[in-house]
Amino acid sequence: MNVELKNINKHFGAVHANKGINLNIPTGTIQGILGENGAGKSTLMKILSGFIQPDPGSEIILDGKPVVIHSPADAIKYGIGMLHQDPLDFPPMKLLDNFLLGLSGGLFPNRKETAQDFNLLAREYGFSFDPESYVDSLTVGERQQLEIMRLLFLGARVFILDEPTTGISAGQKEKLFATLKKFPEQAMTVIFVSHKLEDVENLCDRVAVLRGGGLVGETKPPYVTSNLVEMMFGKAITLGARQPAEAGEVTISMKNVSLEDVRMKIKNVSLDIHAGEVIGLAGMEGSGQDLFIRACAGLMRTVGGRIHLQGQDLTGKSYHTFKHAGVNFLPAARLEEGLVLGLSLTDHFVLAEEPKGLFIDRAAGQKLAEDRIQSFNIRGKPDSTVESLSGGNQQRAELALLQTPLSLILLEHPTRGLDIESVIYIWSKLKGRCKTDGAAIVFISSDLEEVLQYSDRVLVFFNGMVSAPLDAGKTTVEELGQLIGGKGWADKGEAHD
Amino acid sequence: MIKNRLGNLSYQLAALLLAFGVVSLILLSVDASPSEAYKNIFKGSFGEMRKFAEVLVAFVPLLLVTAGLLVTFSSGLWNIGVEGQVVLGAIATTWVYRFYLDSDLPPTLIIILAIIGGMLGGAIWAALAGILKVFGGVNEIFGGLGLNFVATALTIYLIFGPWKRPGVASMSGTVPFPDEFSLPLWQNLRISPWALVIALIGIVFVYFLLQGTYFGLRLKAVGKNFRAAYLLGIPTWQYSMYSFLICGALAGAAGAMQVAAVYHRLIPSISSGYGYLGLMVAMLINYQALWAVPVALFFAALNIGSIQLPIIMKLDSSLSGVLQGVLVLFVLLAAGVRQKFGRKV
Repeated sequence: MNVELKNINKHFGAVHANKGINLNIPTGTIQGILGENGAGKSTLMKILSGFIQPDPGSEIILDGKPVVIHSPADAIKYGIGMLHQDPLDFPPMKLLDNFLLGLSGGLFPNRKETAQDFNLLAREYGFSFDPESYVDSLTVGERQQLEIMRLLFLGARVFILDEPTTGISAGQKEKLFATLKKFPEQAMTVIFVSHKLEDVENLCDRVAVLRGGGLVGETKPPYVTSNLVEMMFGKAITLGARQPAEAGEVTISMKNVSLEDVRMKIKNVSLDIHAGEVIGLAGMEGSGQDLFIRACAGLMRTVGGRIHLQGQDLTGKSYHTFKHAGVNFLPAARLEEGLVLGLSLTDHFVLAEEPKGLFIDRAAGQKLAEDRIQSFNIRGKPDSTVESLSGGNQQRAELALLQTPLSLILLEHPTRGLDIESVIYIWSKLKGRCKTDGAAIVFISSDLEEVLQYSDRVLVFFNGMVSAPLDAGKTTVEELGQLIGGKGWADKGEAHD
Repeated sequence: MIKNRLGNLSYQLAALLLAFGVVSLILLSVDASPSEAYKNIFKGSFGEMRKFAEVLVAFVPLLLVTAGLLVTFSSGLWNIGVEGQVVLGAIATTWVYRFYLDSDLPPTLIIILAIIGGMLGGAIWAALAGILKVFGGVNEIFGGLGLNFVATALTIYLIFGPWKRPGVASMSGTVPFPDEFSLPLWQNLRISPWALVIALIGIVFVYFLLQGTYFGLRLKAVGKNFRAAYLLGIPTWQYSMYSFLICGALAGAAGAMQVAAVYHRLIPSISSGYGYLGLMVAMLINYQALWAVPVALFFAALNIGSIQLPIIMKLDSSLSGVLQGVLVLFVLLAAGVRQKFGRKV
């Protein structure tokens, strides 16, 4: 099926998430969509698969016919199937029942017939599934295959795959690619959304690169990796000279730390972070840096190794113990984890302080709030609720909650969505804490410029692998971009893997 | 801020009018006169001193339960188990009275011990729901509901088993306690000024707890955003437990009042549904302690006033329940409408 996107625009409030995107995907191609987090890939795919509606004036043309896609069910009727990053299935149910769920019509589903179709389809694409087994017995990779089969079964002619290679093994990836490569012969179209350069280069017949909501370019093989990286991350904007820190004593020391969650394993990381030092964590979202920063905060138990904070062994201790030892963590999800909706700025500042007595001294609280509002340049009043503040002001309010004294500040995307002045302001405050408190900073950012600008050393994460610390002063955006995309690990990665 | 409150009030007034409107329609559909019914309810509750005293008798446990629920609601918990906590308060009070039945202690001291015992009983029952929630992952609504049934069964067992009347056990409850175990009543009315004072102390305590203390602010933070509260350094599950304990103690006090000031014995339906009614009051006042007193009084008046309906108008007294339920529904609906269509502030 030929998919043509014409002048696709999408605003979320003030954010222009898709800026007039024009893209023609001919029948029988595997189209790669490449871009960093927040480039607008997901928005575009959600529009094509009916999850969200584009702004008026946008056009989707399938095989020459303009269509309006109101819902995901609508999309599948037009033959567009989307494979989500997280499988949308029902783990406690049988495979066959998962299949029957998507079917329309009939009060009593015909299990026998469907089971036959199921087996036929599985054989055709070389999958081996027992329709009577349960979904939760499958691996993530197998659930993906099941989902592809379900979409085939529902008659999909266009397959959208959103970051399908995250969290699956190398063998499963090969199998997935082999399956996808059969699709063009049957006049089916594949749209492969990824930030992994290697995957895109290996699989796709053509690649479109998005950045900042717009389409910045299209290329065909042979691909030049450095070109792709440049298109993805753009040219540098200057933020002034770097200010390397004078590193002091060791603040936090990790020895052979291993971490694990359902998707990811990180093995044997050893690192000393010094007072006054800033460590940037780079990598695409979900590459393991979130586990690392949570382990530094005591929010995630290590499965091996030891963590010492200023000489004190805190391995396996709770977040509150870490906090008492001067570790502060500011999560990316400001409104979900960082701030309490419905409470005012004053309430927040009072909560963050040690209680003095039983009753709250309102006047003192008001004074405290006024001071903080002024010194952190927050546009808001002491009794403003946090949800009434703009994103940048919420971020400043979070910073204003940092306790004194501090030994380690952990930040997730501290400046995401903020304008350049706010970025500079926030970093001047943070660097200030390094100087006055001798605090070390570890931060995650998807903005490579920011990572190189403000870090002393950088750790790159890719699929749970951690690079040796890179000297931020001697690393370029291109090098970092390649590592993030999974290239050039042979000489960097072995330090920790 | 003030404009905001006025806007809120107008929505709630509209809800009140709508609730009376719907109940009037129900009355008209059975050929009864709404105005006469409302008049009888009013006369039955505020018409004479004796009747107003009855209203206050109902007001005391209702206010205590509401005060407790304000605490659990603040910490984001739906303490449906409050009904069972009232029952356990009554059982514990009865147990203390029975324990000191033949003692030489001054009766005043025994009454105080019995009330404290009731508060402990309620708190322990609430702690069970809290433990189920915090350590067992059982939603407090389900845990509380289950414990309510257990509490009722326990009452029946005690009345018909270990604490049965000499001779034959009966639904009329255990043997009444001697007069000196009763909280002193006011003149010849059924209301004890002491019970009233205890209820008012309860709500004032909760008001200051929630408005002015670090404890209250932390409780609110836990209720509004458990995760963020944890990251801010608040020991979250401990605060959930504290709020269960406080609510349980206040509900237990309500149960103690039912035994010490009203029935002077344990009866099967000792809680009289005040736990559930308290939930409605707490929802109606949108969890603001200041409104608890007038609204609890209003609900108590409806309960007592509607007793007149079957006598005078041959209507069922459950009409008050219908009015209360419809009122809560409309107030919640008004809040929803306001959120959806109202101007964003």
